[in-house]
Amino acid sequence: MAKKNKPQVCIITVTGADRVGIIAKLATAMAKANINILDVNQKIMEDYFVMTMAVDITKATINTEKIKKSLDKIAEEMSLNIAFQDENIFKAMHRV
Amino acid sequence: MPVSVEEVFETVKMTLDHHFDIRTVTLGINLKDCMDRTLTGLTERIYRRILEKGRLLNKCANSIEHKYGIPITNRRIAVTPAALLLEPLPRRIDTAVRLAKALDAAAKKANIDFIGGFGAMVQKGMTAADEKLIEAIPQALSKTNRLCGFLNLASTAAGINMNAVEKFGHTLIQLAHLTKNGIGCAKVAVFANVPEDNPFMAGAHHGIGEPDFSLNVGISGPGVVRDVVSQNPDADLTQLSEVIKRTVFKITRAGELIGREMAQLMKVDFGIVDISLASTTSAHDSVAEIIEAMGVKQMGLPGSTAALAMLMDAVKKGGAMASGNIGGLSGTFIPVSEDAAMSRAVKDGTLNLQKLEALTSVCSVGMDMFAVPGDTPPDVLSAIIADELSIGVINNKTTGVRVIPVPGKKPGDIVSFGGLLGSAPVMEVPKIAAKKFIQRKGRIPSPIQAMRN
Repeated sequence: MAKKNKPQVCIITVTGADRVGIIAKLATAMAKANINILDVNQKIMEDYFVMTMAVDITKATINTEKIKKSLDKIAEEMSLNIAFQDENIFKAMHRV
Repeated sequence: MPVSVEEVFETVKMTLDHHFDIRTVTLGINLKDCMDRTLTGLTERIYRRILEKGRLLNKCANSIEHKYGIPITNRRIAVTPAALLLEPLPRRIDTAVRLAKALDAAAKKANIDFIGGFGAMVQKGMTAADEKLIEAIPQALSKTNRLCGFLNLASTAAGINMNAVEKFGHTLIQLAHLTKNGIGCAKVAVFANVPEDNPFMAGAHHGIGEPDFSLNVGISGPGVVRDVVSQNPDADLTQLSEVIKRTVFKITRAGELIGREMAQLMKVDFGIVDISLASTTSAHDSVAEIIEAMGVKQMGLPGSTAALAMLMDAVKKGGAMASGNIGGLSGTFIPVSEDAAMSRAVKDGTLNLQKLEALTSVCSVGMDMFAVPGDTPPDVLSAIIADELSIGVINNKTTGVRVIPVPGKKPGDIVSFGGLLGSAPVMEVPKIAAKKFIQRKGRIPSPIQAMRN
């Protein structure tokens, strides 16, 4: 059952104004749910601050709906937009 | 190779700023095996099936929506054409109306946005059951909320059933008078060459060549395409076509992924992705605005047809590269009321009925959601329909008509249909057209193009 060991990678995308503590807050929320952070990137694009965080949710203790809810809460507290999406959507759209 | 920030941002921006969504996931459901000699036998079976599958559809759509963060705006069901289900039953209008109510009740209970399939395939002729269904349309669609109807009145292979076209003119007027602002007419579309796997309303149904269940997806992204066109003001048309193609490729891939996964989750067959660009009333989520962003001063002015033809072609090329399962209508919708810039063009006088008809010859899916005065004679409505269907028949393509005769309104009056249906100015229509031609009835024979065997 090699399939089971395959990580389920999701991408958290933060857009909005850059400020202190974004990564710290996200990292804490992820750790709480036993979600491993694989990679973090950030850039300024078209006047947007964009940060992406790749996470592996294979061993997460909560389901995607709950992860989304906890991220929505952070988004509201910090006045940011946060999207949470399975990595496959990006692969499907941007890779031939 | 891990996905880059740029790639992620492009996708996120599509949903965040440009209204990219999965417009609909539509589950096609075969109801042929529910047929019965008694109406209650039929309605009980279909109610159970629609309720069970409808709930599953909603549950799976919610879960996929969370997983991919792309909104799935509508969850719909398409069923076997209802006229077929009426065949073993008494030939009475109220039988058809009760079937309509049962379909509507099941959709409501399952919390499905729309249920399509209250219709008939009558391109060559009408059975007694087909006739009763058509006669039941005014009552059926005015007494239900989520039910949509369709009729296939013509095909390239059969020609145009003018008996049915003539009959439908009267049906439309009756339906218009039974609903506020004639809004019931927004729930019924008539076609030439109707596709049997179309996920979009009002024409969705589960054709007789389909399996028990089939999951079809309608994507949509006029806002995304408009944005990419605006961002390339200096591109020549060849380059612009390429840019549109690439964008449509991306959104179609998203549709294909979501459709496949939905089907797998529901344990049903995956059907098709319909790549039609479908406008909404939201600002900038408009096909007419794409045409304007391409450089036509306003939709309907000379240049619009060429721009639309080019857009349509680029959409098809991008879609075909992205998915091997393109189907349904896969055109570009230009509904008047549902597309703010289309509606504006009618109001400003750059778009009239004649130009609307011309535009539909290069795109799909016909003359859609346009309002005419409520006192338009039935034979004029039939003539408008016959004209539009003939474009489909001769050109081997789907065309349709969804026209709303608005009781008590004159040309130029603005009518609001509410919500996603938008608002539209009432268009000028002649009061005298082709009465004698329509009253001849019969069938316009299939054209020479049909002889391909």
